[in-house]
Amino acid sequence: MTTAKNKFPAALLLLMGVLAFTGCSTKPVLPEGEDVIPPDFSAERVLGKDVEGLHEEAISDPWEGFNRSIYRFNYRFDKYIFLPAVGAYQAVTPDIAEKGIHNFFRNIQDVTTLINSILQLSFDKTMHTTTRLMVNSTIGLLGFINVASDVPRSDEDFGQTLGHWGVGTGPFLVLPVMGPSNVRDGIGLGVDWYALKEIRDRTTDLETWQELTWDILKALDLRAHTAFRYYETGSPFEYEWVRLLYTTKRKLDVER
Amino acid sequence: MRRLFSGWLISFAVQAGVVNGWMVSSAATQQLDDTLKNVNKTFSGSEAGWIMTSVKNSFYTYLVLLVTAIALVGCSTTPKPKGEAAFPPSNATSYDYPFDNSYLATVLGTPEKYRAELPKEIPLKKRKIKIFDRDVPEALWSDAELRYSYALQKKAAPLIFLIAGTGASYDGGKNTNMGKAFYEAGFHVVSISSPTHMNFIVSSSKSGVPGHVFEDAEDIYRVMEKIWGKLKKKIEVTDFYVTGYSLGGLNAAFVTYLDEKRQVFNFRKALLINPPVRLYSSISLLDRMLENIPGGVDNFPLFYNKLVEEIGRVYKRVDQLNLSEDFVYQAFNAVDPGNEELAALIGVSFRISSANMAFTSDLMTDAGYIKPKNVSFTKNTSPGEYDAVAHRLGFTDFFHVYFYPYHKELNPELTRAELIGQMSLGNIEDYLRSAEKIEVMHNQNDLILEPGDIDFFPRVFGDRAKIYPKGGHCGNMDYRDNVAHMVNVFRQ
Repeated sequence: MTTAKNKFPAALLLLMGVLAFTGCSTKPVLPEGEDVIPPDFSAERVLGKDVEGLHEEAISDPWEGFNRSIYRFNYRFDKYIFLPAVGAYQAVTPDIAEKGIHNFFRNIQDVTTLINSILQLSFDKTMHTTTRLMVNSTIGLLGFINVASDVPRSDEDFGQTLGHWGVGTGPFLVLPVMGPSNVRDGIGLGVDWYALKEIRDRTTDLETWQELTWDILKALDLRAHTAFRYYETGSPFEYEWVRLLYTTKRKLDVER
Repeated sequence: MRRLFSGWLISFAVQAGVVNGWMVSSAATQQLDDTLKNVNKTFSGSEAGWIMTSVKNSFYTYLVLLVTAIALVGCSTTPKPKGEAAFPPSNATSYDYPFDNSYLATVLGTPEKYRAELPKEIPLKKRKIKIFDRDVPEALWSDAELRYSYALQKKAAPLIFLIAGTGASYDGGKNTNMGKAFYEAGFHVVSISSPTHMNFIVSSSKSGVPGHVFEDAEDIYRVMEKIWGKLKKKIEVTDFYVTGYSLGGLNAAFVTYLDEKRQVFNFRKALLINPPVRLYSSISLLDRMLENIPGGVDNFPLFYNKLVEEIGRVYKRVDQLNLSEDFVYQAFNAVDPGNEELAALIGVSFRISSANMAFTSDLMTDAGYIKPKNVSFTKNTSPGEYDAVAHRLGFTDFFHVYFYPYHKELNPELTRAELIGQMSLGNIEDYLRSAEKIEVMHNQNDLILEPGDIDFFPRVFGDRAKIYPKGGHCGNMDYRDNVAHMVNVFRQ
């Protein structure tokens, strides 16, 4: 079981590699032998020479075709697996338990924040997060109750840590299931995941089924608290907006 | 129609962020207050010139909107359900909606403590329905079916249809809150996106060219009939009602007008909330709001980028986003953004709507408006430069270069002035004057109306027009007096 779990990310990477190389064109299709019939408002007519488009700023997206494919995959994964599962989870779980589980995973997330706050040499964040962790893990019954709600909470991850030390984002990347990301943050996600897993293995004595329950609950909790729905924004430019806003958001996360 | 920067763009930011685990905690205001003071200190003196000031203010606006969006997404407080009790109007003798300024009202809406108490959750079902048996363009594959929602009572009850405003979705904030109010008051509720929303255009617009009041009414009516066809096995309905806000209010008027002929629903009552009088005047006003961007419309992307930059500066200093709605209003009071910045934001919000609508329609019809006629999109095609072009064009461009030529081809005699005249409540003025079933709820300072246009309503509707002294464009829809009025209209 453990081996199967370890193989999962490797298989994904392989899949991504294959998809990236097979490529998917993002060009519009023009019938062979035809010239483009200029539209009423062509770019030359509407956009001044020096006018920059809103979505044209420097976000590197060389794997756009692949990203768009994964974006669609995520929609289907949501539709057929993830969202129905979340619905079922919410239906059978009493609200108070849901809240407790949410707090529990946020407390676990504080472990990741602590590690990265230290790696970023941020004294304030380290102190706050340590306080939160200590209080919530004890008085807060392993984090199920957010007792330390008055202590500032921040979310730091390894992607931000890399950014903090000057590592660029690399190209935009849509991760299977996880959604918008970039190469740096994708690597960060892997590192954080591995670190948490190691810590869990070393501090707990969980059976495989218990670990599995943990992982599944974590995924359900995350999706339950994520309002985003693929293809429901009412915009034919949704992919561009997500790319722009994700990139902006992460830039701000790193800076703060 | 008040689908602001927040409603669309920022919810994206929030959502995209949350996808990756960015959770917003519930909150104490003090810390942010302090942060804001620090920020104020940091800004004052460091930059000069009105452009920076306005950008700074806009940035605050943006931040506040961001906070609003997060607050709405994340941590709304939970009022207790209260059965079928009426929504009591406030006890105040005068109308005490808090914002006198129409721009502020339009952007901020109604602060929590002024809102009608609504249930946190109602038994809302989100569904999809096939309206036409037709293929949709490959790039629009995910919108082949219409998305809508309903909430049904367990016993016989009246059914109310809600029509969203420009570019807005059936599950946008306004329709969601109206739905809660009407459900709580004992109605079956069916919520429908605006005919200008991408999903509606692709799945349910017969022509694929939205915006014509009569054609949109036909499309909406068809949608209502199809949905009713599905629901009628499940429920007992005593009467049918219809309402809509902004463009949805205009739609509701023409749907009711159409219903007189079709008689499928025989609407017993209709309520038009903040409708435009002449659609062309309203879209012109909205297009012009973008001129408030420092440096003009050319600077739209720059405007956005600067906003983001400025937000970044503050965001850096906020160690924790401790958010509550109170903070939003406190911050706004402290910042006092100018009308130009607010107007620019409203303009941007509507510009995004118009870009979405125009480009979707262009993809549907291959009219060659932005996309060359003979070029087609696959599922993976990137809109590229068409994206930038779409956001540079307004509703009035759409009207003159796409919409009018389309209708002129169907009817060669049609002049521009005639078409503009058709898109107006004045077009069915005689009907509206005599139609006792139609009521209006509007605001004296609604900014989508030309000066004096508000008088159309008392003149034509008489007592059936309720005009509030303030509220801007749809800003007071959640205010308790307004919700009470909305519900009472249909209870009579």
